[in-house]
Amino acid sequence: MKAPDIAPVLSYPRFLWRVVRLAFEGSFAYYAAMTVLTAVMLVGANAWSHQLADGMIRTNMSDHVSWGLYIANFTFAVGLAAGAVMMVIPAYLYDDDEMHDVVLLGEVLAIAAILVCTGFIVADMGRPDRFWHIIPGVGRFNWPISMLTWDVIALNGYLALNLHICGYLVYMKYLGRRPQKRWYLPFVFLSIGWAISIHSVTAFLYAGLGGRPFWNSALLAPRFIASAFITGPAFVIALLYGVRATVPSFRFGDGPVKLLSSVLRVTILLNLFMFGSEQFTEFYTGGAHTTSSRYLFFGLHGHHALVPWIWTAVLLNITSAVLVHLPASRRDPRVLLAGCGAAFGGVWIEKGMGLIVPGFVPSTLHEIVEYTPSVAEWKISAGLWAFGGLVLLVLLKIVLPVLTGELSDKPDAPSAMPSSRRL
Amino acid sequence: MDKAKRRSLKVLGATLGASAFAYAMAPLREFTKDLTIDQFLQKHYKELTKADLAALVERLERETKQAYGKEVHIQDFRPMENVEFGYALNLSVCIGCRKCAEACHFENNHDRATNNSYIRVLEMEQGSFDLEKGNAHYDHAVPAPGKYYMPVQCQQCDNAPCVKVCPVQATWKEKDGIVVVDYNWCIGCRYCEAACPYHARRFNWTKPEVPTDEINPNQGLLSNRIRPQGVVEKCTFCLHRTRQGQLPACLEACPTGARVFGNMLDPKSEIRWVLEHKRVFILKEELGTRPRFFYFFDS
Repeated sequence: MKAPDIAPVLSYPRFLWRVVRLAFEGSFAYYAAMTVLTAVMLVGANAWSHQLADGMIRTNMSDHVSWGLYIANFTFAVGLAAGAVMMVIPAYLYDDDEMHDVVLLGEVLAIAAILVCTGFIVADMGRPDRFWHIIPGVGRFNWPISMLTWDVIALNGYLALNLHICGYLVYMKYLGRRPQKRWYLPFVFLSIGWAISIHSVTAFLYAGLGGRPFWNSALLAPRFIASAFITGPAFVIALLYGVRATVPSFRFGDGPVKLLSSVLRVTILLNLFMFGSEQFTEFYTGGAHTTSSRYLFFGLHGHHALVPWIWTAVLLNITSAVLVHLPASRRDPRVLLAGCGAAFGGVWIEKGMGLIVPGFVPSTLHEIVEYTPSVAEWKISAGLWAFGGLVLLVLLKIVLPVLTGELSDKPDAPSAMPSSRRL
Repeated sequence: MDKAKRRSLKVLGATLGASAFAYAMAPLREFTKDLTIDQFLQKHYKELTKADLAALVERLERETKQAYGKEVHIQDFRPMENVEFGYALNLSVCIGCRKCAEACHFENNHDRATNNSYIRVLEMEQGSFDLEKGNAHYDHAVPAPGKYYMPVQCQQCDNAPCVKVCPVQATWKEKDGIVVVDYNWCIGCRYCEAACPYHARRFNWTKPEVPTDEINPNQGLLSNRIRPQGVVEKCTFCLHRTRQGQLPACLEACPTGARVFGNMLDPKSEIRWVLEHKRVFILKEELGTRPRFFYFFDS
């Protein structure tokens, strides 16, 4: 029997060391970006520690509207993580070689987005010190009854899958070895199904509650998936343009942006269609079931807090649909990017403030208590997104030089440090 | 820029970063100074041995004394054999005086600042059962003409959505039908609050404030002991009273006798008489929650 090849194991600590050093080396722009993101993160951390000390009273949530900006952002971030799979499917299922060149960027995005999700859950917990109660086998895990336990499994599993796939492929590339299919391909296929599951399960969290008619719709999970396939591609298109502008040594074709734009053209319309279908059912039927929707779109008994939010979302979604369908969007990246931005913002509102909050207004006893996020909630949310940005930036800083061959185990390879300062 | 300069800049940056981090997280000390190892490692109620339970009760009494300056007596009241509680409310008799909500407030050591209570009384329009036309914030002499009054509290559902959704089994239905919360186990995710169709659950948004001389010292471990910050609580049919054969505080406070409470397994009980002779109904029956709280009108 051949002795197992342990060289990769032995050189792993050195790889980690080089990667960590690389994360702290960079151009002035890199340092500036890191500093700004860290500063925003610290503002959030400060607000969070105040929230922990004084209690959730620092938020504007109440017994009536018991979930707000945190869960709104959580829901959106799950969609972002799931949306990255729109690169994995063409790359691996349809053997799109150009997409294959950049697919790791999508997986890196998924990792950052899942970490943001986890952050928002922790921010929303009244007792984060009791986090261990939800660890299977250590605490008391109410599986399979509670949908939240399914979400814990789905999100952590998706994180683990993406960490493994990215870590393995990047390390093999660093070593200059051919990745072995059995070590990543099964996980890639699993991650495709898993991506759909994380967002379906997140929709089921809300859709399964009979006492909240606004969420209690079978269309919620399909809508979540459709809008995830808006935000994922929209973000990745912008990311690809950003990478092309800042890291010229990382070369890739125009195929991925073209394909993702095509996906976007379909999913934006699909999402609008399902959104409209939901509104038809609500408003044509009428009755008490419709109260939350009436509050959301038109206000109720003099309360209008969400009206500007939802109409902004509608406007952004329609604008994005128009922009990405203009012939100019195929020629001028600015038109396409504007469309991506509008789509991203529109879905963020539609799935966040436009979905989580109206579920609570009016309350189950039909009292109307409105909700506007507090300063602390905005700070903590900004801090968590900055944290996600930081994770994404550092991961890209590591992954891209490996993909270009600038960071490599091979002694004859060009020295990594100087050239990678471009990012 | 030469290497040494670059290096010293980095050291400066790292130092600034570390001190900024320490400064940002400083309020956390306020939280951690009250958090003992015992609290952090506290086991789930159902996993407690007799000795654990005694230690827990002793610790909670000590902590209450420290934080609120009051000697309290906390007991673990267990369900009685062959008892399943039921509660019925006569809507023809209720005048909407909210004495029940007030009694609940004092009995259960609720936060004074928020005037919290497990009971909300809705002023409903005569001839309508639409909750949307109800009003929980009426402020005038009662009963008002053309109105009737419907107090709503935890319905102690047999098929409770709140119990289903809890990710850590911090809430469960006991043998006598009462749904309880382990305040030492709840992680404060408030999924139960979202799931409850009756607005029966409350969250401790901050540390509850109760004046020392107003604290009710007779406390149940799973009911009216002063709750910690960041956890969910709910009506327990006053189990610290009812499991000892007393009546709930809201019932005793009711001036009109609108409330009927008792053991549904006892054929001679008043609650059984109401269930058998009155046309009772339950709230939001279509949701399949199977409440143990019944409403009826006198015919």
